[in-house]
Amino acid sequence: MLLKLSFNSLYARLLTVGMTVLAISFSLMLYMSVEKLRTSAYTSFTDTISQTDLIVGARASSVQLMLYSVFRIGNATNNITWESYQDILNKDEVDWAVPISLGDSHKGFRVMGTTEEFFTRYKYRGGQSINIKKGHLFDDLYDVVLGAGVAEKLQYDINTPLIVSHGLQSFSDHDDQPFKVSGILEKTGTPVDNTVIVSLAAIEAIHVDWSTGAKIPGQETPIEEIRKMDLSPKNITAALLGVKSKLTIFNLQRWINNYPEEAMTAILPGAALQELWRVVGVVENLLLGISVVVIFTTLIGMTAIMFSSLSERRREMAIWRAMGASPLTIVGLLMLEAIFISLISIILSLVLLFASLSVLQPWIDYNYGILVNIEMLSINDIYVFVLFIFASMLISLLPALRAYWFSINDGMTIKI
Amino acid sequence: MNENIIKIDSVRFYWSKKSNFKIFIQSLEIKKGEKVLLLGESGSGKTTLLSLLCGFLTPLSGTISINGNEINKLSSKSKDEYRADNIGIIFQQFNLLPYAGVIDNILLPLYFSKIRSNSIINPQETAVQLCKQLRLPDDVINYKANSLSVGQQQRVAVARALIGNPSLIIADEPTSSIDSAAQQIFLDLMFEQIYKNESTLLMVSHDKSLSSRFDRLIDINEIITREN
Repeated sequence: MLLKLSFNSLYARLLTVGMTVLAISFSLMLYMSVEKLRTSAYTSFTDTISQTDLIVGARASSVQLMLYSVFRIGNATNNITWESYQDILNKDEVDWAVPISLGDSHKGFRVMGTTEEFFTRYKYRGGQSINIKKGHLFDDLYDVVLGAGVAEKLQYDINTPLIVSHGLQSFSDHDDQPFKVSGILEKTGTPVDNTVIVSLAAIEAIHVDWSTGAKIPGQETPIEEIRKMDLSPKNITAALLGVKSKLTIFNLQRWINNYPEEAMTAILPGAALQELWRVVGVVENLLLGISVVVIFTTLIGMTAIMFSSLSERRREMAIWRAMGASPLTIVGLLMLEAIFISLISIILSLVLLFASLSVLQPWIDYNYGILVNIEMLSINDIYVFVLFIFASMLISLLPALRAYWFSINDGMTIKI
Repeated sequence: MNENIIKIDSVRFYWSKKSNFKIFIQSLEIKKGEKVLLLGESGSGKTTLLSLLCGFLTPLSGTISINGNEINKLSSKSKDEYRADNIGIIFQQFNLLPYAGVIDNILLPLYFSKIRSNSIINPQETAVQLCKQLRLPDDVINYKANSLSVGQQQRVAVARALIGNPSLIIADEPTSSIDSAAQQIFLDLMFEQIYKNESTLLMVSHDKSLSSRFDRLIDINEIITREN
């Protein structure tokens, strides 16, 4: 009966209570979506590359090497020679290696030279492979495979011709050697989506008439002649390595880092990704902190509303008291109200969260490459809810104690 | 039937030490079944007296007995229980929880008093019967309290005070908020039920013309002494 009446009382104040519930629900939803995005972003981020044991490049910090080799952000300080790469490849520990060569671009998208093995060896999100959506891999020297993002943004399809520009932001194009799209990859949510992939030989081919970053004036080798040339690479930017036994990773890493003929760095992708996340993750923690503050603000708002309704409900309390309710029952009623409001808010926020997530999930995945988990609540979420209910009970003690004081002092007088 | 239901002996009360509102009640006795009208102007200490009787306030000295129990010696929890079990209260106005239904309002005291709820076999039916006897419209039970007229609300308050048959009904100017034509009807109905239940009635009013309905008339100025 007490529950029913408490509920009726809330229902009678539907508008104010409704607005409070809405405010709390939105703040809870904000918190939970930040938390969900945060964990999902972390998983998606650290899953950008998986099952690659080491990444090798010219001497650099692990974060820098990670940034240019996997995220294609920034530039390599130097290349590594094909000979050094062969030396690594010939090590007993090495199971497989995929060389990559960076440095050119196409309309703002990075061009990456690699071997066909890249498509089978590069894994993301815990072992998922890259799939080809349309067309095929390299059949011809001038074949290009596009990441899903590139194809979509540039509206390219199979057989679309394209010109590779030299460097990243230059006006000199390799326009004497046009490429054509042979394949388009499925969306991965990784930087592969924004990469234009060609063969290593093609990278060599477009630089035949170039020397130290500039075109040799007057020299223009015809394409037919280039096709006949030996296009083995002389340098590569980085290499992805897989080892036969995980136990040998650190040995191999040390060997590469101490390689006498060339300064190279080998990094563990997982560790580097986490190091990188520590930099990026600060923002996420800040967001989380802000949403916690928002929750507390709305809780204080709820208390304010309870306080303002208190004077209006003073006579109601006198009635309760006259019927034999103890002052503690009055406190209980108000706390019950706060619990009701919090519970309804929690339920509403969950409905809002899951509804919006299920609508936005494909969009977020498509645009930001973050796969948001729409799983049921984690233990952590339940903790947060329990904590929230306790916080709302605690904070509702303030108006409740005031009501207690009123109900002791008012007695038979009904204050209007 | 000569037993006292209310017995006040040398009660002294004031709100705080600084307050100049200090009252002393030498003696007040009301017998079981008596219908007593307590006359007094506003500010004369009527409400304070009722609050003392209902156990909301505790006297500084003296004893207040209801049904032979010294309620001033009870703990505040026991006082609340005692009030729920023994006293039906009717306020001047705003008697009902506005958001609750008529029946829920009438049944409210039963929630706090085991004795009163155990005395009724079918509370719902009893509440409906009381509404009928107080000439409330048949469909009144379907309404929320705040959709009733003031006169109807006061009648529902009477039903609530009477349910479970408490021995003492305390009414604090129950007719002051209704117009004089409706007052007589209201009082007729209230008295009819109080006689039927054989309850004791202590009603406060400033309207002397009501006195003919009562067994006894007490002028508050005769029992309360103000001290300075």
